[in-house]
Amino acid sequence: MIHLYGKAPLRARNLSALVAATGLAFLSGTGASAAQTVVKWLHLETVPSYVKVWEDIAAKYEAAHPDVDIQLQFLDNEAFKAKLPTLLQSEDAPDFFYSWGGGVLKQQSETGTLMDLSDAMNADGGAWVKTYNPAAVKGFTFNEKIFAVPYKMGTVSFFYNKALFDKAGVKAEGIKTWDNFIEAVKTLKAAGITPIAGGGGDKWPLHFYWSYLVMRNGGQEVFSAAKNKEGEGFLDPAIIKAGEQLAELGKLEPFQGGYLGATWPQTLGVFGDGKAAIILSFENTEANQRTQSGDGKGLASDNIGRFAFPVVEGGAGAATDTLGGLNGWAVTRKAPPQALDFLRYLTDKDNERIQAAAGMIIPAALGAEDGIADPLMRASADQLAASTWHQNYFDQDLGPAVGRVVNDVTIEILTGQMSPEEGAQMIQDALELE
Amino acid sequence: MTDATATMRAPSATVAARKTRYRSPAVRGRLPVLLFFLPPALLLFTLFVILPMGEAAWYSLYRWNGYGAPEHFIGLRNFEVLFNNAAFSRALINNGLIILTSLLLQIPLAIWLATMLAHRIKGAVTFRLIFFLPYVLADVAAGLIWRFVYDGDYGLFAAISGFFGVVTPYVLADKNLAIYAVLAVVIWKYFGFHMMLFIAGLQAVDKNVLEAAEIDGATGWQKFRYVTLPLLGSTVRISVFFAIIGSLQLFDLIMPLTGGGPLNATQTMVTFLYTYGVTRMQVGLGSAVGVILFVICVTLAFGYKRIFMRHD
Repeated sequence: MIHLYGKAPLRARNLSALVAATGLAFLSGTGASAAQTVVKWLHLETVPSYVKVWEDIAAKYEAAHPDVDIQLQFLDNEAFKAKLPTLLQSEDAPDFFYSWGGGVLKQQSETGTLMDLSDAMNADGGAWVKTYNPAAVKGFTFNEKIFAVPYKMGTVSFFYNKALFDKAGVKAEGIKTWDNFIEAVKTLKAAGITPIAGGGGDKWPLHFYWSYLVMRNGGQEVFSAAKNKEGEGFLDPAIIKAGEQLAELGKLEPFQGGYLGATWPQTLGVFGDGKAAIILSFENTEANQRTQSGDGKGLASDNIGRFAFPVVEGGAGAATDTLGGLNGWAVTRKAPPQALDFLRYLTDKDNERIQAAAGMIIPAALGAEDGIADPLMRASADQLAASTWHQNYFDQDLGPAVGRVVNDVTIEILTGQMSPEEGAQMIQDALELE
Repeated sequence: MTDATATMRAPSATVAARKTRYRSPAVRGRLPVLLFFLPPALLLFTLFVILPMGEAAWYSLYRWNGYGAPEHFIGLRNFEVLFNNAAFSRALINNGLIILTSLLLQIPLAIWLATMLAHRIKGAVTFRLIFFLPYVLADVAAGLIWRFVYDGDYGLFAAISGFFGVVTPYVLADKNLAIYAVLAVVIWKYFGFHMMLFIAGLQAVDKNVLEAAEIDGATGWQKFRYVTLPLLGSTVRISVFFAIIGSLQLFDLIMPLTGGGPLNATQTMVTFLYTYGVTRMQVGLGSAVGVILFVICVTLAFGYKRIFMRHD
């Protein structure tokens, strides 16, 4: 077990914990007698202050459980998605990792690389499982088995730069319908302001537009039917119409220059630097735009406003339907029991409240919502609480193969390379191949 | 492998002579060599080359996401999907473009620079080093550097166009320009390598022949065209060979630059394999790409060796 101590200096952890761990090793005499269990935690968090919050929680846990050594491992978002299938089947698989639920997690669960958490979470009359929002647990349940520990929930909505809106004379309160939104884009553009920051290089940041348009036009019924290969599937007129609206937006050329090459962090930077007025983004946009901005400060929080994705006139979807994430920690098959125990600790009410207070999350643990201090985050949480239909991100929900086709198609339609019909057909084809 | 052991011994004339005189001891002497040296090489080659190739061929007939064992047999459907896929056609065309650029621009450029730097003139070594530097750089690092150079907001291109007061082109985000931007980086990255090959080749050219040509009144161009270039023949052929194979396998430079985008405009076969096979968990489809790439590489490599390099 000596090698475990050898690895210690590599960890990104505060010095005190390191000193404590080393000291502990010395106190316990030989390394062999102090058998430490290593818990490997794979995440993709890029905001340093958030990682610090986790490190602190891990340090607290380690202080109470000297026999456990928690190691945080980081992979960049896109690298994470690409590497995970191989990683999960290797000896180096992490003990638990970040998951978006949906079709991707379902596919992983079917491969036997994940641990079925149902027994652990339902033990003692469901003492553990009852601490979470039931909708969150449901999102991670496939064939009545739970495959991830709920961590956070989220909504995608529009964020805007108040100063730029004022300059162009656009009122955010006035944007109630898609037509209003298109008008706002035109007004901003006429005022010489780049209307929208878009991450076309990563593709998925823009698939939110198509997703929301499908939800607003077709509603839950149409999307669920399409997903389950019923009726007209993705060739439903409401879905075609969503594509047409997307193409219409694309024709206005609303995005920053070079948006087709822009990654998501760059896109947040464009918004944070005040170079575009609007971004369709996650609940924690305020903190992320700050990290990614050129000066590290970004927009002041009172300069950022927020509004929900507008409705489409005559569409079946409601303004209160939400698109957004549901994130959890998926546990791999070979993870030690300590990993489960730590996860329970990490996502308990108190620690979720700490993370909420730090502006990181809308908690999945019940009773931790009161920790949310940030008003923008609070607005997202309220919208989520009043949600009439919460839909997971399309590219996660539809699984890796179809999901990525949705991302491709969004860009193709937006840039006029593909007609809405062709795009819908391409998704339908991909789905039928599944 | 008998050939290999024979060539191993070939340089020594005495050994060859002994071999003809005492045939049986030679065989006896060869046996331990075979027993000791053949198995490791054979094992490694089988394990890391033959086996994966066979596996890829096998997977390419299945619809498989990489987990567990492949079970869903679909025949040649993966290949059918590939040949109907616009992005894959684009990737094939791009690979062709990269080969063409390497042959028509990169190698002539390398020869030209080599003819200037092969002589012992002042500063030649420094220039050789400068031109060779890009090749030494890691592909991913080079890609990231150029992504920054091309950046339309903060990069060198932005600064240059800002200086001249023109609108900054976002080259890597423009589907018509991106591939040319990539080609420029490819030339920049690899011409130094070919230049070094040619410098080595030029140094082996007999000065007397050139002198004779000079006495005969040949002009500079004539000396190059009728003396230097023919004598460089084998170097040119090997250089072209490297350029073709390298072009087909281009991947690590493109990923940080464009990742195959925008709209698949800079996709090559290998980036296509990665994007569509690995990240979408369609290992069967990815394997089919691998098989096609393998067939193309093998055909080109053997065909080229047969036709152009049989005397080298």
